[in-house]
Amino acid sequence: MMEFNFEIEGGDFTKAGMASSEVKKILKQLNLKPSIIKKIAVAMYEAEVNIVAHAYRGKMKVSIDSEKISMLFEDEGPGIADINKAMQEGYSTASEEVRQMGFGAGMGLPNIKKNSDELKITNLQGQGTRVQITTFIK
Amino acid sequence: MAEQAFHHALKILNEVCFGCTHCIKVCPTDALRVSQGKARLILNRCIDCGLCMQACPVNAIIIEQDDFNNIFKYKARVALVPSIMIGQFPRHYSSRKIYSGILEQGFTHVYEVEHGASILREQINEYVATNPDIRPVISSFCPAIVRLIQVRFPSLVDNIMLLKAPLDLASISFKHELLERGIKEEDIGIFYVTPCAAKIAAIKSPVGEISSPIAGVINVDLLFNKVYTSFKKEEKASCIVPEKEQLRPEEMEWSLTRGEAKYIKGRCLAIDGIKNAIEFLEQIENGTAVNFDFIELRSCDESCAGGILTTSNRFLTSERLHERALKYVHDKSEGRIVNNKSIDRHKSFVEKQVRIGKIEPRSMLKLDEDMEKAMGKIKNIRKINKFLPGIDCGGCGSPTCRTLAEDVVQGEAKTSDCIYLQNALNCAPDKPEKAEDIWGKGRFDNIIP
Repeated sequence: MMEFNFEIEGGDFTKAGMASSEVKKILKQLNLKPSIIKKIAVAMYEAEVNIVAHAYRGKMKVSIDSEKISMLFEDEGPGIADINKAMQEGYSTASEEVRQMGFGAGMGLPNIKKNSDELKITNLQGQGTRVQITTFIK
Repeated sequence: MAEQAFHHALKILNEVCFGCTHCIKVCPTDALRVSQGKARLILNRCIDCGLCMQACPVNAIIIEQDDFNNIFKYKARVALVPSIMIGQFPRHYSSRKIYSGILEQGFTHVYEVEHGASILREQINEYVATNPDIRPVISSFCPAIVRLIQVRFPSLVDNIMLLKAPLDLASISFKHELLERGIKEEDIGIFYVTPCAAKIAAIKSPVGEISSPIAGVINVDLLFNKVYTSFKKEEKASCIVPEKEQLRPEEMEWSLTRGEAKYIKGRCLAIDGIKNAIEFLEQIENGTAVNFDFIELRSCDESCAGGILTTSNRFLTSERLHERALKYVHDKSEGRIVNNKSIDRHKSFVEKQVRIGKIEPRSMLKLDEDMEKAMGKIKNIRKINKFLPGIDCGGCGSPTCRTLAEDVVQGEAKTSDCIYLQNALNCAPDKPEKAEDIWGKGRFDNIIP
């Protein structure tokens, strides 16, 4: 069992994806199947960018054991008003500014769902969001 | 299973190398180490991009080529030259003069590599259209990029188009042409004149193919020097041979940046320079560049015009090729061009052989086949990494502190190889100021109790 922790800054798009890149390298070192690495990379990157785009700050915790990769994203932010809506492709609350940077196309959560085995999103009563992603590697 | 040996064109001359570590710092796949004062190549990591060769201050890294005199073993001696060859010469030398100069070196035929590009253009468009589930399709043109993806981006191997490069198509077609003209197979020697190391490696150990019809490889700089010297001496009155077969404009520009992307339907992007390519491959891996249909990636800046074996300035080469293409269009509009291309006659023959087999990933990053063991190693790497200064000076012989930690865990180096640690331990604990003068205050907190 291994754990990796990263702090994610809200609003700083220049650094978006750095934590994911770091974990991706570790997954390659672990010799996971390329198809699984790709799935995890996409889901992880989307979740990381979600924090950058929507929250003030957040944390990413990645736990790896021989059966699964569990990713926990907790942020301090406005939370997701309507989780069901957010799961629809093309639905986005991202600001015009964020969209102009090429983010906020409303594909984030649907993309995470598509690229994970388990996805749990919890609203932390207006104080933030918790996203738990699990991918089985066996 | 034994690790397959890969042919590498890059060779380090031990007697010249003095272990300066310039090369290890520029390698995009961390494939070089210095030990006992000499640089060493880790064979299954090297992708033959040639950046190390450019960085070497004493020319200790060379590209092995075949002996030029090997051409004389054959009756039909073909110089298969890339279009950038013309760009090596000053503008007042015409392409006909240059090709005559090449013939005078002992070849019987000069044939340009990019003759296969028109066929490839159709084939790529068909490939992109008939594989809608593969996005983006990544070009297989640059062998250094193909190898980069194999070793560093194993999950993107399936995005590489399974089509041959123009080089292969041209050699298949021209060999077929010579056979048709009645020349015996054993008398045909096709010699590829290469602008880079990666193409040599691709010929000697092709990815996704069985073998290549090419008999040998000659470096662009060697042939250029021979031809240009003969022009300077003007020892012979150059016979000017008529150019029977000419490249079409898109073929002339095929090996330049946007050479492919310009002609492929859909949303395309062309990227040159290996660092730029790596950055973009990371994005594709993260799923943020999926809306592209086709990506052209070239290892060298300005693509093949910037090949490591070229002598002319890459921008001038590029300019000359673009000018040549414009001239062709102009001459054609005035009815001055009759282009009887043999590859057009052999089109269906060539098309049958355009596909290559599956490309396998061969990740260099894996620490162990066994995941549990790999996890243990990662833990140790992280532990060791905490003690290292993070300066990435290369003094230990590994390119970065992190790679030193990896090498230590893999049993290939010692933590004490770090010259910073050596220095700190030598000075401390009685006189830490001396080391702190160089490395800064607080750097020793990790290691000095």
